[in-house]
Amino acid sequence: MLRYLTPVIIFVLILGVLMNGLGKDPSRLPSPLLEKPAPQFELPSVTDPTKTVGSANYANKMALVNVWATWCVGCRQEHGFLMQLAASGTIPIYGLNWRDNLPEAQRFLQQLGDPYVDSAFDEDGRVGINWGVYGAPETFLVGADGTVLFKQLGPLSPGLWEQNFVPLIDAAGNTQ
Amino acid sequence: MRTLVGTLALVVFATASYAIDTGEEAFEDPELQARYEKIIDEVRCLKCQNQTIKDSNAFLASDLRREIRRMLSDGMTDEQVFDFLVERYGDFALYRPRASGKTLILWIVPALLLLGGAFALFQIVRRRMALPIDDDPAAEG
Repeated sequence: MLRYLTPVIIFVLILGVLMNGLGKDPSRLPSPLLEKPAPQFELPSVTDPTKTVGSANYANKMALVNVWATWCVGCRQEHGFLMQLAASGTIPIYGLNWRDNLPEAQRFLQQLGDPYVDSAFDEDGRVGINWGVYGAPETFLVGADGTVLFKQLGPLSPGLWEQNFVPLIDAAGNTQ
Repeated sequence: MRTLVGTLALVVFATASYAIDTGEEAFEDPELQARYEKIIDEVRCLKCQNQTIKDSNAFLASDLRREIRRMLSDGMTDEQVFDFLVERYGDFALYRPRASGKTLILWIVPALLLLGGAFALFQIVRRRMALPIDDDPAAEG
């Protein structure tokens, strides 16, 4: 009996492992930065390149750092939601304009609206690498103590916001 | 025949058009250049996951190559370069992930499977050896 059952058991085990893998999206990588201090940066501002914007701007405050670019389709997709979020005043949003072109980035914000307190212009992508960015849009939730609390890959939406960000923001609000 | 050879030659040499032009200058020090080439052949392009950053034209790959060149010029060791990448992109960034708590399963399972196979083979061979040899022509008659 066992003789015939053994291959079946092995088959079912392998099937289980493979089925488990089917539902996972390999392009969504977990960030090793979670629960670690967010990288510091200071870059020219997109809106006024003579000024700088950086992690110092949101020191001791909870903030969103949203990686965007004009060539990024998902960024246009989430832009409407970012505008709503900025209008609600829930949390300051800082932009990291990643590997982009300054005049085009400025035009993007003029045409579609600017949800950001300010956007940092990361022309050569070095700050992006420090943050482990590999595809825009990416959104980091940075706690008041400067640690990365969450990283969202891909475009934000009201649903994802409720599910992933609101509980963390509420929890931080209760402990302060 | 000539057409065939010509077509085949086109197919064979067309692969050259997939070569990437990085526009990078080689390090002056050949030893450094060798280390650089070895490293970029072991780092995954996160944007194009089944390629190394050596094989990829994606801008993230060229940015990472530029950072690695900079780090090597600054005198960082290979280990420090790999540390830099793993801290930011995780173990997945390396084609040969380090044996850490999280990646231990990757290193152990192949060895376990090999041991399991060897054990099964051993069992089968032993059982067969215990059987009477009934297909030996010399034993017939």
